[in-house]
Amino acid sequence: MPADFISNLYVFILAGFVGFELIKRVSPLLHTPLMSLTNALDAIVVVAAIIITGRHETALSTTLGAIAVAASFSNMVGGFFITDRMIRMFKSGKAKKS
Amino acid sequence: MNAAAIQQYLDFAYIIAVVLFMLALKWLSSPVSARRGVLAGEIAAGLAVVATLNNPELVAYKWIVIALIIGAGIGIPLGMVKITAVPQRTALSHAFGALSAAMIGIAEYYVGLSHLSRFEMGEIGMEVIIGSLTFTGSLIAAGKLQELLPQRPIVYKGQNIVSLSVLGASVVLAVALVVHPEHTALFPIMVIVALVFGVMLVTPIGGADMPTVISLLNSYAGFSAALLGFVLNSKVLIVAGALDGSSGFVLSVIMCRAMNRSFSNVLFGAFGTVQTSVKQSTARPVRSASAEEAAEILDAARKVIIVPGYGMAVAQAQHKLRELHDILTKRGVEVSFAIHPVAGRMPGHMNVLLAEADVPYDRLVEMDDINPEFPRTDVALVIGANDVVNPAARFEKNSPIAGMPILNVFEAQTVMVIKRSMNPGFAGIDNDLYYLDKTLMLFGDAKSFVSGIVKELNAVAAGS
Repeated sequence: MPADFISNLYVFILAGFVGFELIKRVSPLLHTPLMSLTNALDAIVVVAAIIITGRHETALSTTLGAIAVAASFSNMVGGFFITDRMIRMFKSGKAKKS
Repeated sequence: MNAAAIQQYLDFAYIIAVVLFMLALKWLSSPVSARRGVLAGEIAAGLAVVATLNNPELVAYKWIVIALIIGAGIGIPLGMVKITAVPQRTALSHAFGALSAAMIGIAEYYVGLSHLSRFEMGEIGMEVIIGSLTFTGSLIAAGKLQELLPQRPIVYKGQNIVSLSVLGASVVLAVALVVHPEHTALFPIMVIVALVFGVMLVTPIGGADMPTVISLLNSYAGFSAALLGFVLNSKVLIVAGALDGSSGFVLSVIMCRAMNRSFSNVLFGAFGTVQTSVKQSTARPVRSASAEEAAEILDAARKVIIVPGYGMAVAQAQHKLRELHDILTKRGVEVSFAIHPVAGRMPGHMNVLLAEADVPYDRLVEMDDINPEFPRTDVALVIGANDVVNPAARFEKNSPIAGMPILNVFEAQTVMVIKRSMNPGFAGIDNDLYYLDKTLMLFGDAKSFVSGIVKELNAVAAGS
């Protein structure tokens, strides 16, 4: 088993636990924005897609990479956009009166 | 600066991004700090993208730029969809995320063909299978939510065996590729079989089970990104994927509990087996009332709880409900909304719709917090919800929904139910709530009925 795999596994397990604890604390009010936000964060795969595309190794890898860049970047842009829109709608009763 | 030094700067940028990701989720714990959370996420994403564009490995930018422009061109409209379309938009974004992860995995396979170790082949195989099945599964889910495909479950005999065999086939192909990497022709077959499995996974699932499925697909999309991080040895992908995956996982567990389903029941896609037992009930007498009578009762109440369900979303009644909330509050009635975790088509669906209609979020109360309030409630107004208020879940051991946590609407002094007809809900079972002596059925379209009540109340307010 490669050494990289072991250190990656450490990172994965720790991040999974942190994620679990953080998500449990998210208010159920915000479960829909939570889903769109984590989706936008997950769109970080765009960095891998950019590298595959920009290395320009074969026509196939560039094409697949470009599809991946477009798909994940649309998630990034759209995900943050709609999350912010949804969260701005949540107003407390007090804030509304003032 | 040499390439190694640049690489260190890039790694540093990714570490900052990872910290900001975690802060983003932490700040989502309350609506007060949530916007800061979105901002943290945006900074993290921007930082990571800009850093990556400076990677010395990049030799050609043309296609990157074109793809980024196309991505923004798709993403901006998808960020501006109506709030009512958020469930299908979310399913679609799971599809895009999974597509992206699968494409990169496939590209890595063909680029690295000559020097892939067996271990790396195994990682790529797993990653591409999960990415592919999540892609097609999410597309089917989005199609059902957009009502391009029938919302009802499509089932046939022996479905689970057939579906699991297809999944098994793609895993066998992946294993074959690990053992005999020279048979490269197996790889595209593996991808196609995984894509087919994704379709088979979601087709049998009915509309009301969507909150669980959409959470599960969210989890798969996250884990496929994390697996991609293993393939590419990229810690930022592993962290982001693990956060997204565990988020989807936590939400699936919450949804499962709210429907009293076991987690394995969900994992093996055995949804929708419940609603086959439609019971033909003989017509029992119910009491019905007009908008005028309903308005009088509400006006006389001190404490009212409104219970919204998917029917509210379908009828677009949320804005009228906010008017009802406003006028009753003005007349000294205490009004709150009871939110069942699986009401609607995705986790938190009701909250977002009501928040968009300007209902203050402190009026939206979770099931566990509001249930003790029902005995002290004068009127519970059920609008477009059915199974989540069915007392059979608590009192009938043989009911298909037995054990499912419900909102204890039946404990209120008076229950009013706005409903089109006496047709049973998703689970196909009769609801005893409708036949109680204290229950008044308000037959009609949710939106027009609520606006009728509001009109009556306005008339009373003007007269007094």
